[in-house]
Amino acid sequence: MVNFDPHCSALQPLDCNPVTSVWPLLEPRLAHVQKPARYIGCEDGAKAKAPDPALVSWLFTYPDTYEIGLPNQGLQILYEIINERPDGRADRSYAPWHDLEAIMRADGIPLFSVEHHTPASEFDVIAFGVSAELTYTNVVNCIDLAGIPLRAADRTLEHSLVVAGGHCMFNPEPLAPFLDAVVLGDGEEAVGEMTDVIVAHRASESGSRHDLLMALAQVEGVYVPALYEPSYDSVTGHLIATTPLFDGVPAQIEKRTIADLGEWPYPKEQLVPLTEVVHDRLNVEVFRGCTRGCRFCQAGMITRPVRERPADQVRTMVKKGVERTGYDEVSLTSLSTADFSDIQDTVSGIMDDSDEAGCGPLSVSLPSLRVDAFGVGISAQLQRAKRGGLTFAPEAGTWRMRQIINKLIREEDLYEAVDAAFSQGWQRVKLYFLIGLPSETDEDTLGIAELAKNCVEIGKKYNKRASVTASVGGFVPKPFTPFQWFGQNTAEELQRKVNLLRDATRRSKGVQLKWHDPEATFAEGLASRGDRRIADVIETVWRNGGTFQEWSECFELDRWTNALAEHEIGEEFFTYRHRNLDEGLPWDHLSAGLHKDFLWDDWQDSLAEVGLPDCRWTPCYDCGACTGYGIEHVVASATPPAGGSQGTGQDLETGGAVPVTLLTGPR
Amino acid sequence: MSPQPRFTVRLRFTKQGKIRFTSHRDVARLFERALRKLRLPISYSEGFSPRPRVSFGLALSVAHESDAEYLDIDLVTPIDLEDLPSRLCEALPDGLTVVAAQHIEPGTASLQEAISSCRWLIEVLDQPMDDVTAAVSTLLNATELPLERQRKGKTTVVDVRPCVLELEVVGPTPNGVQLAALLSTEPVSLRPSEFISALSIAEPSLTDVREGWVRRTHQFTTTSDGHRSEPIAVPEPSPATEQTPEPADSSAMAGAGGGR
Repeated sequence: MVNFDPHCSALQPLDCNPVTSVWPLLEPRLAHVQKPARYIGCEDGAKAKAPDPALVSWLFTYPDTYEIGLPNQGLQILYEIINERPDGRADRSYAPWHDLEAIMRADGIPLFSVEHHTPASEFDVIAFGVSAELTYTNVVNCIDLAGIPLRAADRTLEHSLVVAGGHCMFNPEPLAPFLDAVVLGDGEEAVGEMTDVIVAHRASESGSRHDLLMALAQVEGVYVPALYEPSYDSVTGHLIATTPLFDGVPAQIEKRTIADLGEWPYPKEQLVPLTEVVHDRLNVEVFRGCTRGCRFCQAGMITRPVRERPADQVRTMVKKGVERTGYDEVSLTSLSTADFSDIQDTVSGIMDDSDEAGCGPLSVSLPSLRVDAFGVGISAQLQRAKRGGLTFAPEAGTWRMRQIINKLIREEDLYEAVDAAFSQGWQRVKLYFLIGLPSETDEDTLGIAELAKNCVEIGKKYNKRASVTASVGGFVPKPFTPFQWFGQNTAEELQRKVNLLRDATRRSKGVQLKWHDPEATFAEGLASRGDRRIADVIETVWRNGGTFQEWSECFELDRWTNALAEHEIGEEFFTYRHRNLDEGLPWDHLSAGLHKDFLWDDWQDSLAEVGLPDCRWTPCYDCGACTGYGIEHVVASATPPAGGSQGTGQDLETGGAVPVTLLTGPR
Repeated sequence: MSPQPRFTVRLRFTKQGKIRFTSHRDVARLFERALRKLRLPISYSEGFSPRPRVSFGLALSVAHESDAEYLDIDLVTPIDLEDLPSRLCEALPDGLTVVAAQHIEPGTASLQEAISSCRWLIEVLDQPMDDVTAAVSTLLNATELPLERQRKGKTTVVDVRPCVLELEVVGPTPNGVQLAALLSTEPVSLRPSEFISALSIAEPSLTDVREGWVRRTHQFTTTSDGHRSEPIAVPEPSPATEQTPEPADSSAMAGAGGGR
């Protein structure tokens, strides 16, 4: 008579396994939340190394939804590296959406891993990949959902270590009180060395968390915030310096850099999710680092030098990846893939392999396209089928402005690229711009509208319905860039500039203007260059319900301004104020290899509208990223692509109205 | 371009365990990737964005399991079907299991058109056995069952009594009561979630009726003489296996959780 199904029986005892799982509690509740597939794991490529207290366990956590976090290549790489170690194992976790979080809090379900649904607090290390400042409140929320003390100072040996890495962690100070350790730069080697330290600490039976933290601080590239203390000027409130509290920890922590990407062919088994995610395709990293020297771009500055993957390895990774995953789309990722030395041959090889394999049509995309006809030509070769939209990033509307940011693209280069795109069948072109750049005038801002309108006119030659989307973001100065001293535009000023552009494009059929919310840009700026005093603000924003701040429907400026007021911090102090060379920066005790005087000189050159060529093909100007670590660019070709040092083929001497003076180094 | 020749293969598969939390579209993507992995001679649509020509039957709601899902795939050359189910199972994630494959004649009605009813196991949560049993007989004795429901943004009232073709109480579960129901999908269709609402309309004393575990066990077409038949019949699982779907789920858990 009894024909029940154990699927419904949620009440299995939690300790039915040697290691606990929240699955029996979670399963009956999943039918009541949006997109439950993001909580079940089961991806192709997921490692199922069983929980075992003898192993050092890592929980790699992305502080946003599964759809955003799963494709993160950094976490996937480290996840594989730890699982390959005989003494380590790793699971993954993502921030639960509001609906599940409410259920978890109501029913006492902690943050869990998607592989084994193990509570986060059972892992030795909870490691966050942090690539956006607006996820900081989610980091705090995840620590809280894990059920461990929010602040590092309140944790004991029985608690997990909370670690963070990723680009944002080149200024970890706003999160410092919540973190036990921070990894600067490439994590491939550091995570293994940290595992060694944990193994050794266990064996030592020291019983002291302080000993563990001191030992972790000896690992190159690992910063332990609790071992350092900031000092402030009592009059101005400016930071003086952040200095070690103990002997035996470095005064300055250098980032990690893997010299040869060819030695790290990861991820070997990219995760293929059961449900739809962003970048839902095979991603193969073709190089790391960029030396184009765009002055606003933190990624380009902190990942130097350029390290290309050998072309044959790229081809093999694509071939094997497509066969294993069944994906029909591959993205060759890097900061500027058309700069890859062997791009032409690599692309031809990939298409030949695909034709041979017979898995159906393969679409290959280059996510960050260079603004020239060469890039469009490559894309045409790759995207035989889908030709929906192409994206270019001229970043600024006038040549003067592009010299200031060192993105040395002439108008002609853009028009040539756009002409090539529309003439070869693309329907839409998207252009990325920044507003609020240093010394920007309204003429510069309105130049964005001019460029977009001209691009529509070019498109109409080929397609009556040609459309151009101009996507405009407010500029946020980032640490370890020449613009790190620049006071960000106020939200009101950014909104005024957006309004200028709206008026200028309102009557232009074919131009679609999109913009980021200037208020969210303010919060991002606060976290980008804030110091430890911002941690209280982040905690308050979180306590007042401010999670998922990257999602426009979840962002409310009031939460941030109220929190600032509560902690008596002015809105202008961290975000809008210009800094001087004599003021300590919150990241001065950390190093991305770049000499501070190089950055300052580049900032001064910028204000003088002086461009700087790409050092891959010109003499070294000693920024410090190579010389400091005894490494070099790894590029297969000594010739700049398509004839120009910036790759676009233009003659910098006659490029625009303002003559460009090239710096010759070393200086 | 002349149209490619087409050979249509119909698959029957099950969806059980953790993977039941994926959507209909997710399952479509999973099959598309599996078909590419096997390098089957799939027929692709023409145009700028070629898609593999595959068509699924009736959508299954997120969180519902099924013993009887169907999929038609168009091929440009005929293939040997003998090892196709096992090869597909290799290429698909745990929980999606292809149990049968057969060629179908050109001109066979699509799955969407052909299916007329589905059999379901439906768990009603947190209600006493006696109350549910009473509600079932009230529903079966009712001559009409007006249900307010939304379709395409419009609210209409439909008599869904004709949709409940068969209904019986299977027995208690740890969290409620399991029912077996045969619900029509055309001319009017009744989904399990709507059926749950209909149950409390039939018996208003049954309040706060919530759906627990649900599994589609059969999809049927109706032949011209009024008989029901499955698009691809497979041997019925023995009562013992039907009563213990636990292995499906525990294997899914073992796949993700127990180590492979």
